[in-house]
Amino acid sequence: MSNISKAFENGKAFIPFITCGDPDLETTARVVKEAVRAGADLIELGIPFSDPTAEGPVIQAASERALKAGTTTDKIFEMVAELRREVAIPLTFMTYANVVFSYGADRFMSRCSEVGIDGLVLPDIPFEEKEEFLPFAKKYGIDLVSLIAPTSEDRISMIAEEAEGYIYIVSSLGVTGVRNKITTDIASLTSKVKEASHVPCAIGFGISTPEQAKNMAQYADGVIVGSAIVKIIAEYGKDAPSHVYEYVKSMKDAIR
Amino acid sequence: MTNPEGRFGIHGGQYIPETLMNAVIELEEAYNRYKNDPEFNKELTGLFNNYAGRPSLLYYADKMTKDLGGAKVYLKREDLNHTGSHKINNVLGQALLAKKMGKTRLIAETGAGQHGVATATAAALLGMECVVFMGEEDTKRQALNVYRMRLLGADVIPVKTGTATLKDAVSEAMREWTSRITDTHYCLGSVMGPHPFPTIVRDFQAVISREIKQQMMEAEGRLPDVVMACCGGGSNAIGSFYHFIEDKSVRLIGCEAAGRGIDTFETAATINTGRLGIFHGMKSYFCQDEFGQIAPVYSISAGLDYPGIGPEHAHLHDIGRAEYVPVTDDEAVNAFEYLSRTEGIIPAIESAHAVAHALKIVPGMPKDKTVVITISGRGDKDCAAIARYRGEDINE
Repeated sequence: MSNISKAFENGKAFIPFITCGDPDLETTARVVKEAVRAGADLIELGIPFSDPTAEGPVIQAASERALKAGTTTDKIFEMVAELRREVAIPLTFMTYANVVFSYGADRFMSRCSEVGIDGLVLPDIPFEEKEEFLPFAKKYGIDLVSLIAPTSEDRISMIAEEAEGYIYIVSSLGVTGVRNKITTDIASLTSKVKEASHVPCAIGFGISTPEQAKNMAQYADGVIVGSAIVKIIAEYGKDAPSHVYEYVKSMKDAIR
Repeated sequence: MTNPEGRFGIHGGQYIPETLMNAVIELEEAYNRYKNDPEFNKELTGLFNNYAGRPSLLYYADKMTKDLGGAKVYLKREDLNHTGSHKINNVLGQALLAKKMGKTRLIAETGAGQHGVATATAAALLGMECVVFMGEEDTKRQALNVYRMRLLGADVIPVKTGTATLKDAVSEAMREWTSRITDTHYCLGSVMGPHPFPTIVRDFQAVISREIKQQMMEAEGRLPDVVMACCGGGSNAIGSFYHFIEDKSVRLIGCEAAGRGIDTFETAATINTGRLGIFHGMKSYFCQDEFGQIAPVYSISAGLDYPGIGPEHAHLHDIGRAEYVPVTDDEAVNAFEYLSRTEGIIPAIESAHAVAHALKIVPGMPKDKTVVITISGRGDKDCAAIARYRGEDINE
């Protein structure tokens, strides 16, 4: 059993996503601590990539700001190592294949394990390509998180059976970003996932309000929110931590 | 073992979001069903011959040959195709395939605008909706092509993210495809992206080398000694090389855009300056920094201004079957002017990169050797930009 399962022990899990280095790594660290204090159960730390093809405009812009501010993979590892002195909840990285590949898969997973990262979400690595990184992830005990989309259909059981950590259910077609309405039949999607899977599942993409979170939490074990939080950080910059605290608290309260 | 699907040596693969997996699987199944279907091929050949104007000429460049004083120079005139470039070969194939699959909408990325114009053309012809993503920077460099696409009934969406050039247009087209799959086919313009695109695009472009081979046998009674083409993503280059890959006597040369030089950061020469990576659905060579961030590449040519190269080229480079040489902006502009004055043929600035390398190697080759240069497109679209490069401001 991986450390990630702990995130699903306090009722429905609330999982914020934060782009590391936006506006700077010092603020990211403070945001993480406030999110934890507000009840976050697991945090997805985004390593910014120059060309994030699965992201909508909000996270694209945050990635660009972070890279412009000089954020690098090495500096993020250092930040996590520092955070681990105070933060005990599971942490995962979300980034793109080239960031890991370029660092060297073995070296990347080894650093993850050293600094206390529990899992890795790579939106451009589908089931068919996971062998690219899986042997290295296994070697260092890092869970490679699988994504399942509304278009997965006949692929669901194949993906779910081999899933590790948690399953990231993509709520909607398209890229990340706040949506007024989620039109996918989430009940049917999640029940197909749960039938085949032995790990918890969390829903992400398009969720921003406590009402949406509560609604999604009926079907899944957790809710992932990215763009809505990244937006708060974009608005308040270095003053974002307290605002993120309020937001995370309202979301966790809604699904508790 | 990584996924063996669509690999060229270690390159290729399907590094895309799960949301798109069933779409590329559906595409591959449809392609495998139709590629050997006599009816489909009859229809496509009909479009090639009666609409696009194929076969394109293989022109013996007598003046250029005499001027350079070395090998005999032949020009494969893809610039004479309908819409003015080789892009129409791939687009007619993919649009017809998409139509058979029941898709009603084509989306595409474009750099110089040639692929966008070709896609808009095929969409108009086959009665399909069309949306083209183009880097905002490129919409300025190639304003005429933006107008052509709109005239043909396409929506052109300027992409403002990143460097606002071809790579950003590809990213945005991929994002659009993940949001609308059922009725939409992503008509990718080069031999890149996830499997099966590099194979499909290559097969449709392979008509270039099939014709070169036949035309050279008719003209010279033997295979050419050198086949060369410009190479960004690499669709006209792989099309020109493909039927010669097994003919080991034929030297294959891809000419990359070196921009201001491969020792500067303002370059787009992927094989010469990039390293192995994973991006835009494929494993291949990419211009990138030490942490894998994709580099903001530069070339005077919007069509070659891309930080990667198709996976089959990466493989041909690995095994030493093809050479990839850098050509600077300056050299390309000189060649653009040279071919215009010498042969009365204004080549696309992309194709001028291949002409430029020919100007370097042809004079040193014996007179009984032959060189084929693919002129991938015509240069009307580039006249205003080249005039600007020479310090002259003209109204388009």
